[in-house]
Amino acid sequence: MVEADRHANIELLTYTEVDGVEGEAGDFRVNLTKKPRYIIEDKCTGCATCAEYCPALIPDPYNQELSTNKAVHIYFSIAVPLVSYIDENCLYLKEKKCRICEAVCENGAIDFSQQPEKMEVKVGAILLSPGFEPFDPGVKDEYGYGKMPNVVTSLDFERLLSATGPYEGEVKRPSDEKHPHKIAWIQCVGSRRVTEGDNSYCSAVCCTYTQKQVLLTKDHYPDVECTIFHNDIRSYGKDFETYYQRAADMPGVKFVRSYVSIGKEIPETRNVTIRYATSEDGVKEEEFDLVVLSIGLNPPADHNELAEKFGIELTSHNFCKTNPVNPSETSCPGIFVSGAFQGPLDIPESVITASGAGSQCGEILDYRRGKLTQERIYPPERDVSKEEPRVGVFVCHCGANIGRVVDVPSTVEYALTLPNVVYAQEQLFSCTTNSAKEIADIAKEKGLNRVVIAACSPRTLEPLFRDTVREAGINQYFLEMANIREQNSWVHSKEPEEATQKAKDIVRMSVARTALLEPLQEIDLPVNKTALVVGGGIAGMTCALSIANQGHDVYVVEKDTDLGGMARRIHYTLEGLDVQAYLRDLVHKVYQHPLIHVYTDATITEATGYIGNFVTKVKSERGATEIKHGAAVIAIGADEYKPTEYLYGEDDRVLTQLELEDQIARGEERLIKSQSLVMIQCVGCRNEDRNYCARVCCSHAIKNALKLKEVNPEMDIYILFRDMRTYGLMEDYYREASEKDVKFIRYEPDDNPQVEAVEEEGRPVLRVTATDPILGQKLAIDADYLTLSAAVIPPAGNKEISQLFKVSLGPDEFFKEAHVKLRPVDFAADGIFLCGTAHYPKHIPEAITQAYGAAGRALTLLSHDIVTVSGSVCEVKEDDCVSCGACITACMYGAIEFYDTPQGKKARVNPVLCKGDGLCNAKCPTGAIFLKHFTDEEILSQIDAAVPEEEIIQQMDAAVGDV
Amino acid sequence: MCSGRIDLKFILRAFSNGTDGVFIGGCHLGECNYVTHGNYDALSVVLLCRKIMEHIGLNPERLRIEFMSSSDGIRFAALANDFSRKIKELGPLGTSEGIDENGLKSKLEAVNKLVPYIKLVERERLRVPVKSEEAYNKFFNSDEVNRLFNELIVDKLAISQIMLLLREKSLSTGEISENLGLNPSEVSRHMKNSSKQGFVRYDESGKRFALA
Repeated sequence: MVEADRHANIELLTYTEVDGVEGEAGDFRVNLTKKPRYIIEDKCTGCATCAEYCPALIPDPYNQELSTNKAVHIYFSIAVPLVSYIDENCLYLKEKKCRICEAVCENGAIDFSQQPEKMEVKVGAILLSPGFEPFDPGVKDEYGYGKMPNVVTSLDFERLLSATGPYEGEVKRPSDEKHPHKIAWIQCVGSRRVTEGDNSYCSAVCCTYTQKQVLLTKDHYPDVECTIFHNDIRSYGKDFETYYQRAADMPGVKFVRSYVSIGKEIPETRNVTIRYATSEDGVKEEEFDLVVLSIGLNPPADHNELAEKFGIELTSHNFCKTNPVNPSETSCPGIFVSGAFQGPLDIPESVITASGAGSQCGEILDYRRGKLTQERIYPPERDVSKEEPRVGVFVCHCGANIGRVVDVPSTVEYALTLPNVVYAQEQLFSCTTNSAKEIADIAKEKGLNRVVIAACSPRTLEPLFRDTVREAGINQYFLEMANIREQNSWVHSKEPEEATQKAKDIVRMSVARTALLEPLQEIDLPVNKTALVVGGGIAGMTCALSIANQGHDVYVVEKDTDLGGMARRIHYTLEGLDVQAYLRDLVHKVYQHPLIHVYTDATITEATGYIGNFVTKVKSERGATEIKHGAAVIAIGADEYKPTEYLYGEDDRVLTQLELEDQIARGEERLIKSQSLVMIQCVGCRNEDRNYCARVCCSHAIKNALKLKEVNPEMDIYILFRDMRTYGLMEDYYREASEKDVKFIRYEPDDNPQVEAVEEEGRPVLRVTATDPILGQKLAIDADYLTLSAAVIPPAGNKEISQLFKVSLGPDEFFKEAHVKLRPVDFAADGIFLCGTAHYPKHIPEAITQAYGAAGRALTLLSHDIVTVSGSVCEVKEDDCVSCGACITACMYGAIEFYDTPQGKKARVNPVLCKGDGLCNAKCPTGAIFLKHFTDEEILSQIDAAVPEEEIIQQMDAAVGDV
Repeated sequence: MCSGRIDLKFILRAFSNGTDGVFIGGCHLGECNYVTHGNYDALSVVLLCRKIMEHIGLNPERLRIEFMSSSDGIRFAALANDFSRKIKELGPLGTSEGIDENGLKSKLEAVNKLVPYIKLVERERLRVPVKSEEAYNKFFNSDEVNRLFNELIVDKLAISQIMLLLREKSLSTGEISENLGLNPSEVSRHMKNSSKQGFVRYDESGKRFALA
């Protein structure tokens, strides 16, 4: 949020509603109303004094009304902008009384005369991201929500778990504010049900968020007993399966597969009973201290207004109607959609849809790219080389995150006693725009030349604070962050005194280091405007087209003779798309595009270079080619597992889903006319060899089953499954299959189905034996065909590509993104992006969304003329270099080479290739090579300062004694 | 910066400052976000340093390396608590091991002086071919490495310690061996070699060795 707020080309209009839209793609006029917040945003500092004095208590909307807040308050602790607003329950707004806030606000930021403000903005494209509305279980009596205080929703519970929640992270139940010892979660509340008021679809995120809540609860309170009542566990996302196992393996955590109903509330304890049934014990009623309803995702509450204002169509579920092959495209050209308005989506996928929609906006607006952009201009950097270090220390409360544990004022006082510190103060939230400005202003006013911010981990906010010191004319490498949150207040919440001492120790270490910091310059590199896409499947081609449509040359490198990848073996989707027709059209567009250059039968022989300046050598049917490009996208797809089980390869009646699909598409008579067909799910995955869910197989099975039922309604179809994972909107097709009499039989992984080829009354059949979980008896099905839902497995060339481009693979050997949520289509290596099934198994529309996402990310690089690389890289003091080559062998990036100098061979670093890991430093015998910003002296100064002060004094006394 | 940036001298400096235990946290082995896998280098430094600590009479348990990811908060806390408990059990550095403050300082100083040399030995002779924790542990506890350690590092360390002693004042062979707890014949051997190389000289009148 802070980054969006600080971006020179993003204008945030909060507390603002859209009234209507006119015009067309490329030229929209949007009418807006800015609601009065009765606060002058520019004057409000977020100090919250108004809220302190406000006498009107209201249920806090941010904390699910579990706690109270004041009528004037900041919406939540890290809101952007971090300014107050006045709720309609304000005494003055309601009854013209009070106005205390006006009197106490020292900045005169309160303005009761504010009126709704109309405005119009002109835009070329519109992106809708209205999110979702949580399902309200209060609409149904059966859950007791709103009647029994100890029945809460998962969103209520989320707030209870949060450090900024109603009890500051303590899980207390609403009836008596006591810690619950036995908590139950009920899954699929409002989802996967066709009853009135419920949703028929699966909400796609609840299984995994519940597991997260269980893990967090156990983290807070290891002794709490957690029981999860569930239907299928849908851990279909990347790394979700192992996450589920982690939760399930926790002591005191029980996953119970059962439909449940809320029983009663025990009047004395207000505990809640749940009735459920298991095959072992039959029907039971159990008492819990707290019941959490894992509620699903509804479309935004104002979906009808949205549809009307923007002229877009909705689906039967009231989500945004989108192009079946491009889930970001609405029915109105120029208007795109990202996030859960597309349908239920989790955070990583929402982020991907956002990047993807961004790229498509770019395609529309490319012709006037850069016309309105603004660049951030920093004041000139002050030369401080002649000055003594003047350190300013800012200690952040982080609301209550730090301040509740660490004595912040005493830490500030202590900081003032440290060498070189000329200024110190506390801040409520150092990261807010106002606080950042305060830091810059004070740095200028007090003539600081170094800044220490004692707050959170530098991981998220260091870029912001570097920006802040630049605003003050200070080199950004003169900033140091002391982490007193993650590594202190969060882990020592029960030991405030020790935590305060530790905060002082950490600040002391940072201050010591700061004195030695050097100003560093970052390097501007030119960006080659061309992109390379590795892999010519649907993802690779979609990505290439989107980049090319924004004016960049794209080279597509495909190892096969033809473009198309795995999609060549897919004939239709669950939603009814003719994949082959779509593919033909896509291939045609790729070949027709003047900026796309296709290389088939191609292998990559060498890949060198770095962000903005890669050189990749390709051998193809066109001969050897050297491609210079600024960005690369890895889209090499995935493979189908070749089963070794269930007679596959021995009996031609045993097929994989892709082979079955092919036979259906060809109208294979023997198949169509067969009486009975069995499908077995999870073949080759969710096991020890491949501990992940291949995500697409359940819906592929449903798709093929429905298709078979369409051509031969008499066919008996059985699907042997572990959990049906028709997540999201695909749930409706699962129901349809069930209604069409496709039979679903669940099996346990330790009791796999058995298959043998036998003859029954002269008919050769495949006899599939499995245990019926309901009857507990063995069940034999004689089938004419057996279809195995073979796993999607990592692509054959994954290791080579990973080595060539220096990008990593995850534990399941799919390519690993830089960050699951924050950078889901980026690699850790700069300038290289990822899409399609090379990342993880996914459906065609998902691969397309991700392809647009990768294109969007690549464009953020390619649209610039220069890219800036870090100043924290290695350098060699040539006089000290003894030419031993230890650094060269240590460097995994080939960033160091020998150069001839008049003094002989000396090592030299290419700063662009250097990743700043510093391995070479630890190997160099003479200390000739040094990592800037993390030099030996800087690190040793911290180690020296780590020793508690008393000992230093002792040592000083001893030293004085000697004299 | 990667855990592979951890220099032997950082660890030594912490112990010289009187720190009772040093804990190094790195990413999970084999799960480098880059291609660096520098945590193996950190592991190597730790295993070597533990050998040196053992040799100079410090409990090697005072140095620990553990691997974890940013989502392993609980594991980190458990490991940190366990390590703190262990260090409290072991007591203050040096005195718990029967080494006085000056002795400790001089031993660590002697090792510190050898760091450039140890780095060269590590690079030339102590490379582990297989990247796995098991292979690293096995390698650093193998007879081959013990032999190399004795041949290449132990002698140098003894000489380094002797030089530091002689910087204070001239000493006889007997005094040196008593001071360092070394076998007198070992000390004679070192003194003979060192005087040949011109590092020390024998002061006939005082029957003592002094720096040349």
